[in-house]
Amino acid sequence: MTTASKNEQKAYQQTIKKYRPAKPMGKNMIRAFLVGGLICEIGQIVQWFFVKFAHFSIQDAGNPTVAVMIFLAACLTALGVYDKFAGWAGAGSAVPVTGFSNTMTSAAMEHRAEGWVAGVGGNMFKLAGPVIVYGVVSAFFVSLIRYLWIHLV
Amino acid sequence: MSPWIFLTAFVVGGLICVVGQLILDLTSLTPGHVMVILVIAGAVLDGFGLYDPLIKFAGAGATVPITSFGNALVHGALLEASTHGLVGIITGIFEVTSAGISAAIIFAFLAAVVAKPRG
Repeated sequence: MTTASKNEQKAYQQTIKKYRPAKPMGKNMIRAFLVGGLICEIGQIVQWFFVKFAHFSIQDAGNPTVAVMIFLAACLTALGVYDKFAGWAGAGSAVPVTGFSNTMTSAAMEHRAEGWVAGVGGNMFKLAGPVIVYGVVSAFFVSLIRYLWIHLV
Repeated sequence: MSPWIFLTAFVVGGLICVVGQLILDLTSLTPGHVMVILVIAGAVLDGFGLYDPLIKFAGAGATVPITSFGNALVHGALLEASTHGLVGIITGIFEVTSAGISAAIIFAFLAAVVAKPRG
C-alpha cells in the first residue's frame, strides 16, 4: 500500500479547489441568523410565559425555558420535522440548545433497532457527548482558576 | 421585563448562530466541533464575568444558544464552591444544567419509545 506524500496531497487539494462549488457564505449566514434568532425568540416568549403566568423570577425562568425548548425539539425530531429544516438552517438550528436535543433524540431513534441498552442507551450521547465532556472540562478549569484567583490573590 | 428584550433576544441569538456558521464555512470543522467551541467560549466568557451582562441584555438570546451551557456549568461550580469550598467545583458543576441534561435524556428516550425509527 502506498500513501500519497504530503506534497502530493497538498497539490491535489489545490487542484480540486478549482472545481469545488464555492460555499454560499452570505446566504448561509442570513439563514443561520434568521433561524437562530427565531429559535431564541420562541425561547424568549416561553420565558415570558414562565415569568408572567407561573411567577418565576427572570433568572429562575431560564432553566424551565431550556427544558421546554428541549422538549419541543425532541417532539419535532420524533416527527421528522427538525432534521428536514436543519439542512436548510445550518448552524441556525445546530447552535441553539434545540440542536443539542436534536442530536440526542435522533441518535436514540436511529439506534433503537440495535436494542434498548446497546442501541438507545449506548448511542444517545454519541454526538452530544463531546459537548458535555468539553463543557465540563473547560468549566472545571475556568471555575478553578476563578476560585483560586478570588481566594488567593 | 422590557419589551426590547424580544428584539435583542432575536438579534443576539441570531448573531451567535452566525458565528457558528462562519466557523463551519471558513474551516472544515463539523457541527460537533462548532458546538464544542461555543460551549468552551461560554465557559471562558463566564470566567471573565462577561456572560451575565449578555443574559441581562439579550435574555433567551443568550440562554438558548449552547454557549449558555458552558456558562451554566461554571455558574453551578462557583455557586457550590462559594458555600462548600474547593470541592464544590466538582459537586456543583451540574447544579444549574441539570434541567437541560435531564430533559434531553428523558425526552430523547421517550422519542425513541414512541417514534418509529426512520431512514
